[in-house]
Amino acid sequence: MYSFEPTEEQQMLVEAVGKFGVNDLRVVAHEAEEAGELPKRLINKGWEIGLLQASIPEAYSGFGERSAVTGVLAVEEMASGDLAGALAVLTPSLFATPILLAGSEEQKQTYLPKVIEGEWSPYTAALIEYAFDFDPNALKTTAELKGEEYVLNGEKAFVPFAKDAGAILVYTNVDGQTQGFIVSKDSVGLAIADEREKLMSLNALPLYRIHLDNVIVPLSNRLGGASGHDFAPILASMRVAIAAAAVGVANAAFEYSRDYAKEREVFGVKVAQKQAIAFMLAEMRTEIEASRLLTWEAAWKLDQGKEGAFTEAYFAATGAADMVMMVTDRAVQILGGHGYIRDHPVEMWMRNGRGFAMFTGLAIV
Amino acid sequence: MPIEFEAPKPIVQTQFVLKTVADEMMRPRSRYFDEHEHEIPWDYIEFMHSAMRAMGGSSLAPHDNGKKNEEKEKRPSVGYQLIAAQIEALCWGDVGMYHCLPGGGLGAAAVFAAGTPEQKAKFLARFNDEKPTFAAMSITEAGAGSDNSAIRTRAGLDEKTNEWVLNGEKIFVTGGDKSFTGYEKLGKGFIVVWATIDPSAGRAGMRAFVVESGTPGVKVTKLEHKMGIRVSDTAAISLVDARVPYDNILGSPTVEKTTTGFKGAMATFDATRPLVAASGVGVARAALEFLKEKLAENGVQIRYGLPRQKLTSIERDVIDMEIMLKSAWLMVIKAVWMADNKKSNALEASMSKVKAGDVCTKITQKVVEILGPLGYSREFLAEKWFRDAKITDIYEGTGQINRLVVARQILGYSGKELR
Repeated sequence: MYSFEPTEEQQMLVEAVGKFGVNDLRVVAHEAEEAGELPKRLINKGWEIGLLQASIPEAYSGFGERSAVTGVLAVEEMASGDLAGALAVLTPSLFATPILLAGSEEQKQTYLPKVIEGEWSPYTAALIEYAFDFDPNALKTTAELKGEEYVLNGEKAFVPFAKDAGAILVYTNVDGQTQGFIVSKDSVGLAIADEREKLMSLNALPLYRIHLDNVIVPLSNRLGGASGHDFAPILASMRVAIAAAAVGVANAAFEYSRDYAKEREVFGVKVAQKQAIAFMLAEMRTEIEASRLLTWEAAWKLDQGKEGAFTEAYFAATGAADMVMMVTDRAVQILGGHGYIRDHPVEMWMRNGRGFAMFTGLAIV
Repeated sequence: MPIEFEAPKPIVQTQFVLKTVADEMMRPRSRYFDEHEHEIPWDYIEFMHSAMRAMGGSSLAPHDNGKKNEEKEKRPSVGYQLIAAQIEALCWGDVGMYHCLPGGGLGAAAVFAAGTPEQKAKFLARFNDEKPTFAAMSITEAGAGSDNSAIRTRAGLDEKTNEWVLNGEKIFVTGGDKSFTGYEKLGKGFIVVWATIDPSAGRAGMRAFVVESGTPGVKVTKLEHKMGIRVSDTAAISLVDARVPYDNILGSPTVEKTTTGFKGAMATFDATRPLVAASGVGVARAALEFLKEKLAENGVQIRYGLPRQKLTSIERDVIDMEIMLKSAWLMVIKAVWMADNKKSNALEASMSKVKAGDVCTKITQKVVEILGPLGYSREFLAEKWFRDAKITDIYEGTGQINRLVVARQILGYSGKELR
């Protein structure tokens, strides 16, 4: 059967996340973006909602079961509050969720409780590389087997909280396959750049470049154990998450510009009463719906293990990246000159918007 | 029920069956009837009618022929979803021939939505008869398209005979010829004609009347020559002192101050717009699948999963089209799912029409472009689908009217506030 109704539990969760997004993240977003820092207490407050904790079974100290559908519902809501804040709160998932999906039993036992017990702590992952044609399935960072150990070499970019991370899940190329390795922070040869990445947006999220120069990793730290893992489901889970975040940012921009257009007077009417503006809003809302449904379906297919789920996740992320750019651009346009002024959030959302073409790897459900 | 995207079994079955119908009965006739406009595909109509009768269904209207009122409440909750899936599958075959499917179409849908139980019993039972039977809806006039409150056709009550007397000129009546002309091979059809019972009342005076085939004073004056969907007849009708029984009015015969009556009638669009959207998705899917076949034959592979920067232009186009098509279909399904679950879907219905109208025109245009001379040649059907698809963004409310509806919904504006 088809159904488009979240469960009661999901609705409650979405509501809680939405409140946090709007009442907490959104309120500090501007200041955080300007100052380049998010208040730690907010990250902890978001963490306490327990999205990651609820996706991990009791056996590993969690209290639930992973559902990509629940994940995308929650990510959309949180990102609608503020993207940088949402990505910060959700950073430990980048480390824990792949372990849950593909890790060996030993890795799950060792790491999952460590990540989810207690306060938010910066466990993270490194997928993106600094290249125009970056492809998560053709990484330039390598891992070579030498005896009982792997030797990692390369450079990763946009790694959230790398400086303070307890451990980093580093994705590398092993014989053409993308494979994750759990790299502890104090590994010899691992260098984290002193300066943070300077990007067009996400200033509030501390992102770092990291260098791996003959970093030795024990066989047991290969994600999934000695024989490794399939990267496709991990990548698909990243893609639906980033698609959901794009929908969230787009929806924030849509609602803000809609409300503005209903307030702003022009030629004796509200600017929203002009078809030129009203039609833009109608198309924004329509395209948001299109992306949202595609993201839901991809997430549902992932949960059900359906054929074609990975391609659909790719479609969702690709479509959402275009959609959010269109929507946020129009939001700025609807506010006109005011949209360009940083006192209004729409210009930041537009800067966020462009990033979704390259953010895969910064979120996972 | 939690979020789910599993197509219900009846839909999967119907898609399977209709794929065969499309392959065997529609596609082989597509080109002939495109090039022989106004010929009627009798063998197809008769085949489809007997097949549908054998299956126990008479038309694509929701099942209610007035005979089984006690069962009505048990109508499966996937009714509209099933119809949307059927239309999508048939339009994958041929949009024009889908319109030639015998049955009540929009005319019956109007009776179904706004008729009394007696009217439903009287007008809807015929579609199950031995002969294939058509019904049509007639709103548009030369001076009234999307703004259908500007309708001039007048209905006055002759109190002596207790009949409505209709006068006016109608155009763009889909299936008007097959519904009215009285072909020997067809059962007696009807046209639901929109007219005003009080020109000073604007929308509040607008009513629909069931005009039976053969009614004196009513004539099919012209069959339009169209860009596409040529096998589907598009009639112009003149009504000169056409007399219609008093009980053939749909809705209240008196003019109230409010426009509730009009709005109620407009609500049928909430049900039909996603269905028109579904037809657009069908023809778009046909075009995209054809393109992918041709590309594969020519050794062009689509490398799904690559970042944009690594894709060729054709790969990007194909992937973009797949995204558009999938999301348009999901919007259709959501809109009809809401209708099935008695949720108000005015926003979703119009959004699905906006999206599908965009998607099917863009996809069919892009497919012809990518195929180059193969796309433009009448050897293949791609160029026909390009012509057929365009109507989706026009009838049942143009893309612009639907944007207006969406905008009013999301802004909370009335028609006065956002004109």
